[in-house]
Amino acid sequence: MSQIPVELVKILIALVAVAAFVGLNGLVLVYLERKVAGHIQRRPGPFEVGPHGLLQPLADAVKLIGKQLFTPKNADGFLFWLAPILSFMPVLLLFLPLPFGPKLTGMNLNLGLLLILAFSGLNVLATCLAGWGSNNKYGILGAARAVSQSVAYEIPLLLSVLAIAFQTGSLNLSEVVAGQGSWPWQWNFMVQPLAFIIFFVSALGETNRAPFDLAEAESELTAGFHTEYSGMGFGMFFLAEYANMIVVCSVAVALFLGGWNGPFFDGAWWFLAKVYVLLLVMIWLRWTFPRVRFDQLLNLNWKWLMPLALLNLLITAFVTKLS
Amino acid sequence: MTAIKKIWDNVSGLWSLVVGLKITGKAFMDKQVTLHYPRETVSDSQLEGFRGPLELVGKPKVPASPKCIACMMCVSACPSGCISITKAKAPKPTEAELQAMKEAEERGEKVVKPKAPKEPTKFMYDFSLCSLCGSCVENCAVGAIRFSDNVYFASTDRNAFKMDLLYRLEVKGQRQEQAKAESAPQEPEKSTKEG
Amino acid sequence: MNAFPEGDFYTHHFEKGARENTMILNMGPQHPSTHGVLRVILELDGEYIVRAEPVLGYLHRMHEKMAEVKSWVQFMPNMGRVDYLHPLAWNHAWVGAVEKLAEIEVPERAEYIRVITSELNRISSHLLWWGAYLLDLGAFTPIMYAFDDRERILDLMQKPTGSRLTYSSFRIGGVMNDLDDGFLKDCAELVPYLRSRLPMYKDLVTENVILRKRIEDVGHMDKDMCMRYGATGPLIRGAGVKHDTRIIEPYSVYDKFDWEVPVYKEADAMARYMVRMDEIEQSLRIVEQAVAMIPDGDFMIKKRPKPAWKAPAGEAYFASESARGKVGIHIVSDGSKTPYRVKLRAPGFSNLNVFAECSKGTMLADAVAILGSLDMVIPEIDR
Ligand code: SF4
Ligand code: SF4
Repeated sequence: MSQIPVELVKILIALVAVAAFVGLNGLVLVYLERKVAGHIQRRPGPFEVGPHGLLQPLADAVKLIGKQLFTPKNADGFLFWLAPILSFMPVLLLFLPLPFGPKLTGMNLNLGLLLILAFSGLNVLATCLAGWGSNNKYGILGAARAVSQSVAYEIPLLLSVLAIAFQTGSLNLSEVVAGQGSWPWQWNFMVQPLAFIIFFVSALGETNRAPFDLAEAESELTAGFHTEYSGMGFGMFFLAEYANMIVVCSVAVALFLGGWNGPFFDGAWWFLAKVYVLLLVMIWLRWTFPRVRFDQLLNLNWKWLMPLALLNLLITAFVTKLS
Repeated sequence: MTAIKKIWDNVSGLWSLVVGLKITGKAFMDKQVTLHYPRETVSDSQLEGFRGPLELVGKPKVPASPKCIACMMCVSACPSGCISITKAKAPKPTEAELQAMKEAEERGEKVVKPKAPKEPTKFMYDFSLCSLCGSCVENCAVGAIRFSDNVYFASTDRNAFKMDLLYRLEVKGQRQEQAKAESAPQEPEKSTKEG
Repeated sequence: MNAFPEGDFYTHHFEKGARENTMILNMGPQHPSTHGVLRVILELDGEYIVRAEPVLGYLHRMHEKMAEVKSWVQFMPNMGRVDYLHPLAWNHAWVGAVEKLAEIEVPERAEYIRVITSELNRISSHLLWWGAYLLDLGAFTPIMYAFDDRERILDLMQKPTGSRLTYSSFRIGGVMNDLDDGFLKDCAELVPYLRSRLPMYKDLVTENVILRKRIEDVGHMDKDMCMRYGATGPLIRGAGVKHDTRIIEPYSVYDKFDWEVPVYKEADAMARYMVRMDEIEQSLRIVEQAVAMIPDGDFMIKKRPKPAWKAPAGEAYFASESARGKVGIHIVSDGSKTPYRVKLRAPGFSNLNVFAECSKGTMLADAVAILGSLDMVIPEIDR
């Protein structure tokens, strides 16, 4: 027994911290989503459990945990239960390279961006398995939608990220953030507004958020890929969805909105504040728009986002080369 | 040309999304329109015309006894058969009275047999069947039934909806008497207002 | 081999015609967008619909048979429950048919009251449809705004009719309650308020590019198809035919008001949507005029029919226009206390039948959009 590698301990601590962070933020986000939805619809939202319904998400979580885990007849039990775990586990990894503050990074990786993009792809697999394993026709339809949607939207997402990578010459998120100043006009989205918009729209598509929530379109597919899940099976998907939202918003903040840089006091609070602003916008969008149709979703992607992202990338490359 | 128009259509469509966001954003800031039920309740003016379960109307002088004359009109009018009324029977004459009657008959006098009083002894109403159509109220010649304004009537027990209206009237009448005795002239009892 | 054969009679029957490599999907009877208990069997090729077949009867309550055991007056509450969203049109058809049979002259004030309440009811029905349709299309907020406005109408309607949903306030020979001045005043105030809300609806939803893309050019039902299936109401008006029972077979006092029948030519879901939105405006116009013009007088004939009232022997047919189309009631009487036979023509039933033909070759999401644009009320379809 020689020495315990310091790096490993660090990662473990970071993972635990991330798990706690995800759990806490999940609760906050659930509450926020329901409150915002309520106020948009001119009603109070959750109100009864705790002051202003603050404890409602906790009560929901307890309810979900307490429910029976039910495996439908003829379902593939192994795949069926692998899926929620698979959807949630990689999410924890995604948080590691995120630069929350100047010193506050789980793992300062040179290829942090790549890690995030690579592991976020696993989510599709989980959705696919969930739909397939549950032996439900709606589930299969939902899974098929989710796969083609995620595969399609990954491309413009990548392209817009690449534009930033070209510009800053780094895939290390901390470096990208450090390269931006503290005032809004020094942030990347001033230079790359198109990339930012493309990134945000694709992120909506990637995370299955309305108006692109086709994989679980409830008026068409009842609940899509998680139709058959009960209790924590559903809870895991739910948590993973929110965690994914936080990840994409964090990446957007790090890449485009200056990360932890901000006027007067740099630090993690700026990062969190910006992430939450983006999350609020996501929620706002969800409660305003109707859902798009499946072919329109793909059309939007292939006919608009892709060419625009490509164009943007070309121009960026050109300009970077010149300067 | 059409291609340009198409592209323009799509771009101008984006503006409509912003407009939508503006509207929901404004609604977010606006006042809420719902009531927090247990803490707030709807105002009385919103209950105007509301139909709760039926209730009997008491006699103006004796609020605990019903106006009803047991004519059975409401029973036959009701499409759902929710009302069942038992008429009061003629009081049974005692032995002595019977004897007296017999004697009177033998004497050839005209006997006045005691008549059944015109009132129900039982007025059962099944709210779970009632369609609140109002036929009974409209067809009651003396205005002896009306809809209550009992909005918050709920139960998990099926039998709670089978109501003995006579009993309810009695309880209500007593309560009114009490209230009157306690706070005589201060405020008029709300539930006595005509439905 | 499966020990429990899957599916029931309908699926077995439907499966026979299936092509290879397709999937049979039962949409409903419990499905968020079939609004109650409609069941549609779909044959899907990927996301595309090869065939569709609606299966009815999950909410059959034998209203027609019920009519044969209830007296003429007692059948009234049933009419409030056939179509719970626009019951007053059914009320109107029933009292109209009975009055025609018994040759009862209804006081003019009663007719005005009928028109005012029925048109308010039509607006509330359209508002609910609007919200529910947007819910089908995945927008969650509009239904709440619609309910806000609908609630105001219901608050108002509750005063003279005594209910908020299943109205049965018309009576043979008049209406149940008179409208008091307070109601007329509130009503006159409500109309401009509702009108001021319409631009918001338009901005939030009608103009929204996502919605337009979702329902434009979706679900073509041309004039010919509508006529073949007997589709009425917004369906046929969306197909460019100016067919409205209030105009074609004028009843009540509708001919006294200045209003238009909205007609759109496109015959798609958007056209039907626009017809309904315009109808809200037109109904507001009618209400406004009726409130201003309402004459004094009785609201009920002098000799109101008693529960045991007997209608003369004979036959009568009366049609009215509900929010969903033409409501027709045909009654046959043998002169006894109860009707001999009653036939209820529900517009939703004919309208739904268009769906099977119309949804062929569309995507699943389109099918939901088409189904929603029919504005179905399942209790009415099954009766
Ligand atoms: S309201 Fe109608 S259903 Fe109810 S008891 Fe009276 S007549 Fe019967
Ligand atoms: S309530 Fe009215 S209609 Fe019914 S029995 Fe009594 S008096 Fe007759």
